[in-house]
Amino acid sequence: MTTTPTNTASANPASSTTGHPALAQYVTGLGDDALVLSHRLAEWITNAPQLEEDLALANISLDLLGQARTLLSYAGEVEGKGRTEDDLAYLRSEREFRNLQLVEIPNGDFAVTIARQLIISAYQFELYTALLSSADETLAALAAKAIKEVDYHRDHATQWTLRLGDGTEQSHARMQVALEATWPYVEELFDPTDIARELAALPGVAVDPSTLRESWTAYVRPVLVEATMPEPQPNRRSRGGRRGLHTEYLGHMLAEMQILHRAHPGVTW
Amino acid sequence: MTATLAAGPAPTADRATVLQRWRTVAGEVSDPEIPVLTLADLGILRDVTCGTGAADADTVMVTLTPTYTGCPATAVIAGDVEAALRAAGAEQVRVRTVLSPAWTTDWISEDGRRKLQEYGIAPPGACRPAGSAPRSIGLTLSVRCPRCGSGRTREVSRFGSTPCKSHWTCQACLEPFDNFKAI
Repeated sequence: MTTTPTNTASANPASSTTGHPALAQYVTGLGDDALVLSHRLAEWITNAPQLEEDLALANISLDLLGQARTLLSYAGEVEGKGRTEDDLAYLRSEREFRNLQLVEIPNGDFAVTIARQLIISAYQFELYTALLSSADETLAALAAKAIKEVDYHRDHATQWTLRLGDGTEQSHARMQVALEATWPYVEELFDPTDIARELAALPGVAVDPSTLRESWTAYVRPVLVEATMPEPQPNRRSRGGRRGLHTEYLGHMLAEMQILHRAHPGVTW
Repeated sequence: MTATLAAGPAPTADRATVLQRWRTVAGEVSDPEIPVLTLADLGILRDVTCGTGAADADTVMVTLTPTYTGCPATAVIAGDVEAALRAAGAEQVRVRTVLSPAWTTDWISEDGRRKLQEYGIAPPGACRPAGSAPRSIGLTLSVRCPRCGSGRTREVSRFGSTPCKSHWTCQACLEPFDNFKAI
């Protein structure tokens, strides 16, 4: 995540958007989703069930890192305090991260990673589709770019869900465990409570996540049916990621992700 | 009056020639990961202009767009373009990256497609709209083997050695090959 000499993305003149805390907060949440998930997927490299899967997960991770860089650079620009993408990625503590809890849970069994990928990539697909018509030019431009990438991520997760679910007795059972482990994190994706202030301050810019549920369900449910997987009925639900409340897992992940930068401030490759 | 004009910015015809020269130089820079392709072939060189004011008349301004948001080649390409323009005599160079409009493989030139084929990478087909991926396994349209031309090929993985390629194998000549993904 070294800073490149190029000026990433922004179609908006910085002067018109600087010092807009609601927009900075909203964009940081989306950037953190991409960054944390990118790091989790990178943990699979050399550990995936097959070489092709190492490459696939690394590619997906790289796409997400690119999206995170654009979003966090923009968040820093909008915030107007001179923070760069690196400052935001490496120098914030756990409580300052705004990602959904789903993306921070450990990779677990390969099936858990696939279940998480199915949930989040289907979600990001609908989110970026909605952001295509955002009044914010930078968000709309990123959405147009990211949706092509997320389309591949969703397709990857879908194909694996079908193979594992409608595969052997063993793969079916493990996919079932995986869906049950990840489903408690689904409700939070569509809960607008934690970003209510941003939504109110950014009409036509930010997307109300509750509006994505219908199209998300319309995609995910038939995949589960085709994979012969019953949809779990979770008895608990995650909440609070968007206001900095996280599972015990995020702190450990950040310690590993941030240690080099914190030990050697400003280091580059 | 004549003297004043001569001391001012170069006449339009010269300016256009100079600009064309910078465009050619920037467009001829190779992609670091697929060196047979130039930036012009790839369609990622969006604009080359010169400053119009007195302060930035010597500045060449280049606009690039990334293929994928996370493509690590983007920063290398920006550096290569700057180096090429400086070597060609540009005084000042500014490279910026824009995301919109989003790059598509439809922008790869005919020449670029031919070079990819010769290099052993199957060129991309027509871009499919996002969300139209077939859900079942193995229903993607077959890709012709860039080595032997056979249509009896199989997708090994939709992800390959770089973000822009998928991994295929030919069942006729048994060679593995990369396919440039249509996006």
